[in-house]
Amino acid sequence: MRPFIYFEPQSLEEACDLLARHGDEAKIIAGGQSLIHLLKQRLIAPAFLINIKSLPGLAYIRNGSGRVSIGALTIHHDIETSPLVKEEFPLVIDAERRLGHLQIRNWGTVGGNLCHADPAGDLAPALIALGAKVKVKSTRGGRELALEDFVVDLFATVLEQDEILTEIEVPVLSPETGTAYRKESVIAGGAAIASVATVIGMDSRRKTVRDARIVMGGVGATPLRAKAAERLLVGKKLDDRLLEEAGIAVAQEADPTTSVDGSAEYKREIVRVLAEEIIGRAVARAQGANDNVK
Amino acid sequence: MKEILKFRVNGEDYELYVEPNKTLVEVLREELELTGTKMGCGEGACGACTVLIDGRAVKSCLILALQARGKDVLTIEGLGKKGLHPLQQSFMDHFAIQCGYCTPGMIMAAKALLDENPRCTEEEIRESLVGNLCRCTGYVKIMEAISAARDGAKG
Repeated sequence: MRPFIYFEPQSLEEACDLLARHGDEAKIIAGGQSLIHLLKQRLIAPAFLINIKSLPGLAYIRNGSGRVSIGALTIHHDIETSPLVKEEFPLVIDAERRLGHLQIRNWGTVGGNLCHADPAGDLAPALIALGAKVKVKSTRGGRELALEDFVVDLFATVLEQDEILTEIEVPVLSPETGTAYRKESVIAGGAAIASVATVIGMDSRRKTVRDARIVMGGVGATPLRAKAAERLLVGKKLDDRLLEEAGIAVAQEADPTTSVDGSAEYKREIVRVLAEEIIGRAVARAQGANDNVK
Repeated sequence: MKEILKFRVNGEDYELYVEPNKTLVEVLREELELTGTKMGCGEGACGACTVLIDGRAVKSCLILALQARGKDVLTIEGLGKKGLHPLQQSFMDHFAIQCGYCTPGMIMAAKALLDENPRCTEEEIRESLVGNLCRCTGYVKIMEAISAARDGAKG
């Protein structure tokens, strides 16, 4: 790593202040499980590094009215083992359990993961499928936006130079909702070749699809919502033929690139298979199925 | 410019001056001469650098030394202080060591698991070791050694 000047602010205000002063020459480090790679490879060489890992008051998982708030500095393992998250968003647990390996999850933070915006990232697709919002702070004030709008390109978010992500807010799901997630990687703990997360809400009699969010990871510059496939499902009763069509529709909306993990065609086919499987699983769960599939 | 680092390693308190761009593994090995923790890939994939911070397994090559300020670090050297730890004995008894390079990392990861979850299943052991690679053994003996240590602790 190139040398840098190190700061360890004692409060969020101090951290925002430092960022405001050093802006484009400074980088925030939380768990550093992604950032340290960039520093070691010298892909970035900030003059100032601001360590926020131990900032008080930013690691929490709280139940609010109709939503769960997660502090940006919450480590992955605490989310993975949270009874509240397990109760409300098993989808997040599924995504977390496939994120890297335990040592990474014991130190890395959810905020850092989302700000790093790895296109093959495991959490963002699940959180986007859940309609998560993020809160961001700077000396200029705070703002809130949908996570879907937060990530805009490969490793790029809309964070301004002086902004810090502080919280992720996830709305609680209605009882007629089923969720499912699956990630395909070359080895356990490896980056996704492709992943698909879905949140499907059924009508009150749980016969037809009321709304659907289907998000792909690893097959585009950012997580991608398969909106055409979602529209295909809404208002319909799910049968084998519709499920097959939906899988194909999701795959058509993927934008994979050929890489060492596989050709673009291969990744697209993986998406099709995953999508068909998890849409079926999400609907079955919404209808009360209690499978033990992870 | 060096910064002060006060932390505890294997039960002893230290006060060092380190460059901010040093990782924890470098400081453990070079400043404290605790070379039991290995530098393998240097990018957090192999797990040979695994140590415990406040009881949790982490990769010391992916942590800035200064981030260990005020923390309680345990390395492999911290295990064998009063005779061999049951895990160390079990690794020997089950021939779970060939070249030995992955061994400290494996044992630290296993210790963290057994401390948190003494009734862990085989599946849970495997999952906790996803971040620890071994090029020699094929993992079978390592699994046997950890399972035996778990059962020894129960019995």
